[in-house]
Amino acid sequence: MIILLGPQRLAPIVGEVAREHGIHGRAAVVTAGWQEREAEDEELFAALGLPGVNLQLYHRWEEVARTDPTLFAAHRERQDQLRALEELYDKRLAHVMAAARELLEAEEPVELLQAERASAMDAVRALDDHHLRRVADIHAAFEDRVRPFEHPALLRHRAEIAEVLVGADVLVIAGGHVGVLLNRLRLFGIADHLPGKHVIAWSAGAMACCERIALFHDSPPQGAGNAEVFEHGLGLVPGVVALPHASRRLRLGEPVRVSLMAQRLAPDWPTTFDVRDVVVIGDDGRLVTVRGARRLRADGTVTPLADAVGLRPGGEA
Amino acid sequence: MSRALRVLLAGGRPRKAQIDAFLEAHEFPLVEGNHVTFIWRGQAEAVRLRHFVYALQTEVNFQRVAGTDLWHCGLDLPRGSRIEYKIDVVRGGKHHWIRDPLNSRMATDPFGANSVCACDGYVVPDWTVPDAEARAGTLEEHWLEPTPFGEARKVTVYLPARFRQSRRYPLLVVHDGGDYMRFAALQTVLDNLIHRGEVQPLIVALSHPGDRLVEYPDDPRHTSFVAETLLPFMEARYPLWPDAAARVLMGASFGGVASLSVAWRYPGVFGGLLLQSGSFAFTDIGQHQRGPAFDPVVRFVNAFRENPGKPATRAYLSCGQYESLIYENRSMVPFLQGIGIETKFSESRDGHNWENWRDRLQEGLSWLFPGPLWMLYE
Repeated sequence: MIILLGPQRLAPIVGEVAREHGIHGRAAVVTAGWQEREAEDEELFAALGLPGVNLQLYHRWEEVARTDPTLFAAHRERQDQLRALEELYDKRLAHVMAAARELLEAEEPVELLQAERASAMDAVRALDDHHLRRVADIHAAFEDRVRPFEHPALLRHRAEIAEVLVGADVLVIAGGHVGVLLNRLRLFGIADHLPGKHVIAWSAGAMACCERIALFHDSPPQGAGNAEVFEHGLGLVPGVVALPHASRRLRLGEPVRVSLMAQRLAPDWPTTFDVRDVVVIGDDGRLVTVRGARRLRADGTVTPLADAVGLRPGGEA
Repeated sequence: MSRALRVLLAGGRPRKAQIDAFLEAHEFPLVEGNHVTFIWRGQAEAVRLRHFVYALQTEVNFQRVAGTDLWHCGLDLPRGSRIEYKIDVVRGGKHHWIRDPLNSRMATDPFGANSVCACDGYVVPDWTVPDAEARAGTLEEHWLEPTPFGEARKVTVYLPARFRQSRRYPLLVVHDGGDYMRFAALQTVLDNLIHRGEVQPLIVALSHPGDRLVEYPDDPRHTSFVAETLLPFMEARYPLWPDAAARVLMGASFGGVASLSVAWRYPGVFGGLLLQSGSFAFTDIGQHQRGPAFDPVVRFVNAFRENPGKPATRAYLSCGQYESLIYENRSMVPFLQGIGIETKFSESRDGHNWENWRDRLQEGLSWLFPGPLWMLYE
C-alpha cells in the first residue's frame, strides 16, 4: 500500500492515517529533503507514532563525499550538467509554452483552432519528453562511466541501508528539496527494497514516488511561471503527478492554466495535495481512499479525485 | 464626483440624518474606477487635500456642500495607484494637517503617519503580512567601536530561521535598517520570502545612521564604516560567503545614494545593489533646484556619472511614478547598463514612502538572492 499525503508540518495526520490503514511495525524514515536538518526528526516520529530509524541519506552522502573525492567530483560534474541542461530546456520551454497558452486563449478562427492547439500541446509534450530522455541519458552515462555502485564508500552505506530496510514494515518519505531527496533515494537504491513494504510519503516525498516529477509555481516572483518536468521519479505510483501545496502555488481558478497543465502531463493525472489531503493506492495500483485531493482536467476544471476511487490513475477515465 | 455622492446630493441639500447615514454606509475615500472622492465633515474656512503626488497640483481644494458641514474633492488616479495623503483643515487662518478621520487605513514613517488611499487594482501583497506557516528569524544587536565617526554605532543583525553556523550565507547590508523594520515590515518580509523559498536564507546587517542627510551622500566616514568596519565585523562573526557576488547593499532615498557611494568607493567588494527611490539628483549643466541638502548628493552623482567605474555587477532599482525622483531613476537604468551592470528596474503607481519600498522587496530580493522556490515542497 502506498499512501500519499499533503503537507504535514502544521497539521500532521500521518499517524492517524497509518493507524486507519492498519500500518504498524517499524518505520524507516527518509528526511533527506530537509538537507542539513535531516536529523531533526523528533516531531516527525512523534506524529508518526511508530518506532523506527532515520536512514539519514543526506548525512550518508556527505560522508561518502568526504571519503571518496573521486566519486564526489564525478557526482558534482553530473549535477552541473543537469543544471546546464535545465537552463537550455527553460529557454525552449518559454517559447512553446507561450505559443500553447496564446492558442488556448484565442477565440477564433474557431474552425482552425482545435488542430493548432493540439499541435502546440504536442510541441510542449515533445519538449518535455525530450528533456526527460536527455536527463536519463546523463544519469546513464554517469553510471556507465563512474560505476558509483562499485565504489566501496557507497556500497558500505547501501548495505547498511538494505539491512535496516529488511527489518522495516513501512518506508516514510518526508518533503523538502525534491532534487536532493530524489538524488539521495537513487544513490542509495531505496526503491530496490520496497516490494512488500508500505510507503507513506508527502510533499516532495509524494512527488518522488510518482513516475514523473513536475516543478511548478504559477506566480513566482521572477519569470513566467512555466511548470517544468524535472525527472523521472521512483515510479511507485503510476498515473499520478503529485502537486503539493497546489492551492498556494497554482492558480486553480484559471481554466487556461489548469488545462495546460492537465494536457501537458496527460495521460498522467496532475493531482493536488494540500494540507490534510490523503490518497491511498492499493497493491494493484487502484485508488483505495481519497480525501481532499483533486485532479486537474483538460477542460480547465479541477474535480475531486475521489470520483476515481476503484480505478487505476492515468488515461482518460 | 462619485455616484454615491451624486445620489446623496440629488435631492438638494441633504439633511443631517442623511449625511450621517451616508457616512455610515460607505468606506472612504470613495473609489470608483479611476476616480476617488475624498470626504471631510466639519466646520472650517477651507479644506484641502495634500496628496504627495509629484506630478499633480500639490493641493486640491475641497468643496463644501452648500448649507452643510460636508466637504468633498475628487482626484483621478490610474488603476493600481496607492497614495498617501493628509487633509489640511484651515480654521482661524491656521492650517491643521490631519489624517482622514473617515479612513482608518494609514501608513507610518519617521515623521508620523499618513492616510492611505488604495485604488482598484492595488492589493497589499500577502508576503508583507505575518504568515503562521513562516518560521521567524532572529535579531541580534551589536555595538561597533571604533568607527570612522568617532563614536560607537549599533548594527542589528537578522539571522534567518534555522540559522546554522555550519552553513554559509549571503549578506545584505540595509541602510536605515530600523526604519525598514518599523515602516516596511522588513522582518516579516524576510521571514515569509525565505520560508517560501523565493529568497535564499541570508544574513542581514541593519545599520542605523547618525545624521543620514550628512552621512549618506558619499561621506567617506560612512563608506569606510560600511566597507572597513561593518563588513569585517560581519565576516568575522558570521558564516558568510567570502565573495562580492554574495554581498548586496540596499537603501531607499538617501540610503540608495549611500549604497551606491559605498559600492563606488569600494569596487569589487559588493556585487549587488538594491536601490529604492534613490535620490540620484544630478546636473548636466547649471545648478540643481532641490535645496542645500542635495548639494553633496549632486556632487556625488555628477562625479559618479563622470567616472563610474563598475561598482557592482547587478542592480535592482525601483521608484514610484508619483515621485519627483522617477526621472533620475529612469535615467540611471541605461547608465548602469552602459557600464556593464545587469540592471532590473521596476516602477509603481506610488510615491516616496516606506510601503512603496516594502511592496517592491519581493521582486528585488528574489532577483538578487533567488531561492530554491521551484525545488522546495515541504
